[in-house]
Amino acid sequence: MSPIISVANLSKTYGSGFKALKNVNLDIKRGEIFALLGPNGAGKTTLISIICGIANPSEGQVLVGGENIQTSYRKARSLIGLVPQELHTDAFESVWATVSFSRGLFGKPKNPAHIEKVLKDLSLWDKKDNKIITLSGGMKRRVMIAKALSHEPQILFLDEPTAGVDVELRKGMWEVVRTLQQSGVTIILTTHYIEEAEEMADRIGIINKGEIVLIEDKASLMQKLGKKRLTLHLQGRLDTLPESLRDYELELCDNGATLVYDYDTKGERTGITSLLGDLRTAGIRFNDLDTTQSSLEDIFVDLVRTS
Amino acid sequence: MNHRAIRAIYLFEMARTWRTLLQSIVSPVVSTSLYFVVFGAAIGSRISQVEGVSYGTFIVPGLIMLSVLTQSIANASFGIYFPKFTGTIYEILSAPISYFEIVLGYVGAAATKSIILGLIILATAGLFVPLHIHHPVWMLAFLVLTAVTFSLFGFIIGIWADGFEKLQMIPMLVVTPLTFLGGSFYSIDMLPPTWRTVALLNPVVYLISGFRWSFYEIADVSMSVSVGMTLAFLVICLVVIWWIFRTGYRLKN
Repeated sequence: MSPIISVANLSKTYGSGFKALKNVNLDIKRGEIFALLGPNGAGKTTLISIICGIANPSEGQVLVGGENIQTSYRKARSLIGLVPQELHTDAFESVWATVSFSRGLFGKPKNPAHIEKVLKDLSLWDKKDNKIITLSGGMKRRVMIAKALSHEPQILFLDEPTAGVDVELRKGMWEVVRTLQQSGVTIILTTHYIEEAEEMADRIGIINKGEIVLIEDKASLMQKLGKKRLTLHLQGRLDTLPESLRDYELELCDNGATLVYDYDTKGERTGITSLLGDLRTAGIRFNDLDTTQSSLEDIFVDLVRTS
Repeated sequence: MNHRAIRAIYLFEMARTWRTLLQSIVSPVVSTSLYFVVFGAAIGSRISQVEGVSYGTFIVPGLIMLSVLTQSIANASFGIYFPKFTGTIYEILSAPISYFEIVLGYVGAAATKSIILGLIILATAGLFVPLHIHHPVWMLAFLVLTAVTFSLFGFIIGIWADGFEKLQMIPMLVVTPLTFLGGSFYSIDMLPPTWRTVALLNPVVYLISGFRWSFYEIADVSMSVSVGMTLAFLVICLVVIWWIFRTGYRLKN
């Protein structure tokens, strides 16, 4: 199946000479949730702004649903709903009026039933006649999502949708995003919260200093880069490790109170069984043991640091 | 043509007018009435007639133009500046809508407001002085042309302005003085010859002169020159707006 968004050799240099994007290539699959991770100033918002028509590219081309965003901008843009990072809302319009305005702006005929559904899905129905200025920050964020969904887009961009949003509301938004995906909408979200990408995304892209440094299925990324660590809490302290355990590259921590062993989950042999056997032979006993898996956050920090 | 988008922008802008009725319509009517009291009654009692028309009647077209010019600029500049200020412009820029359609929505609404306002002031003036319009079609044509042209000019100011101060600067420091000096309250024939020549450099003179001609068939300059100058200004504004959208000036970085 052809990608719903295809970004090819995209570069963006601002007037100041700052290169925000450097030769970015990216395909978004139809119906997936794609999380774009990156530190502040990495180029996430610039990339979204170009795809949505808010900024002009310096070089390269973007196709949305097979349509060029510059030469066939009407068709391309009508497929996209955008929820920007900042809370940009009108102040004095009612929720109903502002969401209906967005639908009109995208050239769609009036459809009160659809607007009603969107507002109900986002728990905004009882606020439909309220002025936006009277709403809380979390509600304004949902109004922006409602505006983006008002014209029934096939693609939804969520630029840091849960920044500054409390935990409960964040989980609520994740639910909304999942429901949207089930209805066939492709979702691209940028986030600072690694936990969010880990929870939501099918694929993850990492952008740093204007370059895509990694694009990978979330599961295989975790599999590929995920390491596990076995920590043994010893009964007695050890000053040095016996020669027989040298091959395991163990590490003595906490002044010899714990023994740490890193192993790769993708390998068929993790070496744990033989390690435990060799420890027993060497007369090293332990009270407890635990294993931990490196999170996406560790992977992210590693990649950003080395790129 | 995305006519639904034009309609959405137009109605959104018009809704702002009705919401701020006092500021949009009532206050210009009150200030125009004050002009009538001050200029018409106080000064008019000392100037009996200008070119065969009573002074109170003579200033009506100038007063309408004064409001139409300033309100067209204010409406259109605020209409496009405010989304830039609040950030909601993102939605306009990311919508499947052409630049021409954006301008049509904003400028159409701004011009509509000032035309309504001009007609209300005309009706208000009718309460103070007897009015007879010789060429009503020309009068309406001039009103529409001026409202559209200066709404385009206001749109440009709204794009250019990056703060409320700049938004106010051109209307206050340039347009209002030009309108006052453009023959709103007097015929430029009443000026000494040197000042008359200087006055002819003021584009507003041509607007007011043409508009006054449609009322009383008296004019400072010929009608064709007035129409030509207004159209020339319209074309200049259109070219500037075309350039703004082509380059994304102050809209897209």
